[in-house]
Amino acid sequence: MASPLDPHAAIVTEAGGLDATLTTADGTPLKRALARASRKSRWRAFLLVLPLLAFIVITFVVPIGQMLHRSVYNDGFAANMPQISGWFAETEPGTVPDDAAFAALSADLQAAAEARTIGIVGTRINYEMPGTRSLFTSTGRKVRGGVEPPYREALLEIDGKWGEPELWASMRNSSTAYTGSFYLASLDRTRDTNGDIVQVNENRRVYIMLFMRTLWLSALVTVMTFLLGFPIAHLLATLPLRRSNLLMILVLLPFWTSLLVRTTSWMVLLQQQGVVNDLLIWMGAIDESGRLKMMYNQIGSIIAMTHILLPFMILPLYSVMRTINPSYVRAAKSLGATSWTAFRRIYFPQTLPGLGAGALLVFILAVGYYITPALVGGASGQLISNMIAEHMTGTLNWSMAAALAAILLAGVLILYWIYDRLVGIDNLKLG
Amino acid sequence: MTTTTRDDGYVVFDRVQKSYDGQTLVVKDLNLSIGRGEFLTMLGPSGSGKTTCLMMLAGFETATSGQILLDGRNINDMPPHKRGIGMVFQSYALFPHMTVGENLAFPLEVRGMTKAEREERIARALDMVQMGAFASRRPAQLSGGQQQRIALARALVFDPKLVLMDEPLGALDKQLREHMQFEIKALHERLGITVVYVTHDQGEALTMSDRIAVFNDGRIQQLAPPAALYERPDNSFVASFIGENNALGGTIASLQGDKATVRLFNGDVIDATAVNVREVGQQTTVSIRPERIEFKPEMMPDGAHTLPAEVMDVVYMGDILRARLKVAGQDDFVMKFRNTLGQTRLNPGEQIRVGWHPQDARALDPV
Repeated sequence: MASPLDPHAAIVTEAGGLDATLTTADGTPLKRALARASRKSRWRAFLLVLPLLAFIVITFVVPIGQMLHRSVYNDGFAANMPQISGWFAETEPGTVPDDAAFAALSADLQAAAEARTIGIVGTRINYEMPGTRSLFTSTGRKVRGGVEPPYREALLEIDGKWGEPELWASMRNSSTAYTGSFYLASLDRTRDTNGDIVQVNENRRVYIMLFMRTLWLSALVTVMTFLLGFPIAHLLATLPLRRSNLLMILVLLPFWTSLLVRTTSWMVLLQQQGVVNDLLIWMGAIDESGRLKMMYNQIGSIIAMTHILLPFMILPLYSVMRTINPSYVRAAKSLGATSWTAFRRIYFPQTLPGLGAGALLVFILAVGYYITPALVGGASGQLISNMIAEHMTGTLNWSMAAALAAILLAGVLILYWIYDRLVGIDNLKLG
Repeated sequence: MTTTTRDDGYVVFDRVQKSYDGQTLVVKDLNLSIGRGEFLTMLGPSGSGKTTCLMMLAGFETATSGQILLDGRNINDMPPHKRGIGMVFQSYALFPHMTVGENLAFPLEVRGMTKAEREERIARALDMVQMGAFASRRPAQLSGGQQQRIALARALVFDPKLVLMDEPLGALDKQLREHMQFEIKALHERLGITVVYVTHDQGEALTMSDRIAVFNDGRIQQLAPPAALYERPDNSFVASFIGENNALGGTIASLQGDKATVRLFNGDVIDATAVNVREVGQQTTVSIRPERIEFKPEMMPDGAHTLPAEVMDVVYMGDILRARLKVAGQDDFVMKFRNTLGQTRLNPGEQIRVGWHPQDARALDPV
């Protein structure tokens, strides 16, 4: 126990909660009186944040909700091919299509062709099975005038592909408006003719590899920014104010330059006929035939991303380091620790909140990075975000883009959760 | 003082100077010898160079010239972690990410002690400051006084022979500060360690120290035990810095050995003891402690000079009464007298005569 003479040791907190039936002088329950008294200020606070709240709901929550919805919802087939969709709903996966199925199919194809929605149907099946869009449009042209039974033979005569089990499996996958097939595709999986989940063909397995590459590159960039940023942040925090301000301007300078300009300057510097290679040749480090490939590959992505994301590591580190009293390290040294031990055991652990914040920030930004890898990444430096952009603007498969983005979002949220469990989010110091 | 120590030069500052900017000296020609087991306090206003001296001794600042000896060895170029000096910081500097126990284990771990030995020493050090039950707490969970004790325990746990304390009680409230002064003093005596203590609080310095070095303007103004410092200040700075002081300006009228008479600026003549005056006619400031002033003729020595005084006001302070007087044209002349039964009560406006024993009036350098 503490000394009885020490008044600070004897601070006793009043035990026990407030009585629930406490009332004010005029007899109203205390809780109700308090609620009434604070109602006005709560309303004022709510009205103050209302514009921002509305802005966020309209521009952020709703679009993300729509995106998530789109990743599991696509009625391009189900809405335009109702009869065959009904047949799929009634039969088990793997059922061999019978006459009724072909009758429903040809009726739907005819109706869709007449309604000029056959292209939408074809596009939807094309997502599942590339190269099938033209099958739908060409068949549509031929069945517009009506199909005579037997339907099976009639369709097979138009195109033999109508008998392929893979095509029927793809149509079954698309026959419901709500589907998990985009998530399956994002993980390089699909459903086979029996409805079982299997990996797609080896030459089509790209997404998992891209996810892995994105995570790996982001982790590498995070480590690089830490290695490069930590000494600078320390210098910033310990230099006299006037000189640290100058250094701070140098750190912030990239923020004031357009992202595109910075990325392009890296292209000038790093390309094979670029400044860095010329310099190395001039110094004799490499010869003309050995020009280094530092651009349009992963190295280019790593270098440019590290440079652009560096301030996001430095600033949180700096803000934490500035608050660390130099007497801690002095105390450690006076207690017999070498400079290295004092750094490792005393200084570094106290920078962890800033390091955690910086690492989380850099990693999350890197995971979603798009422009820089698109410009300098070449083929091997493309990240998952480039694939999302490709689906948004190239293939127009927005459901696929949404599913990939949702997986990315889930990954980031999981990381955030792990960070919270390991370090604690209240330890995060962003500035 | 309860302990008598020999000055055997355990810590020696030899002509030490320190400059930060190459233009001004923060410490000017410091010569100081500290004995083994001594409690020495560096006292002075802020900016007087006392903390710089402590930091040079700890190894966090290097002397610009001169040398610092520890136990006969020159430690100018020795890094702090090899000096084996315990240090208590003003901010305590308890490592916030470690528990109290881990804080105390730190100096033992870097010395490579076994776990059993560490635990035994930690328990002993915590018991020493009556904090045995707090080993698993974090510093943030402790009150200021408790943190202070832990900082003390951490500085002592590895048995240093020399402990430096940089205003360790500055952040505590008055009651706790006085209590901790007592505890630190008791620990010093029990452990027989040498303590160099920095403070700007003269009360703290007077109650704790074997000797006090009064710093001002980068120099030691006086180095003496507390009683000598208070009763026999060497110069006007020390006289005014330590305790309450009446300063009367004048010139030396006569000088015989250490007996002097001083003619004040208004023409009055008083008795004084010559301290750092050398010749008749020299300007001087006479320093007299308020509690050594008498206003009853029977208490004054025979033939003593007395001065007329007018009572300006009297403050009742409980144990004592504090009267402000107008003496020799100055109306900030203070007299303190005990609040005893039957003590004469003075009233504002009253005319009295004041005097003192000549040895209590010290003729010092002019302010």
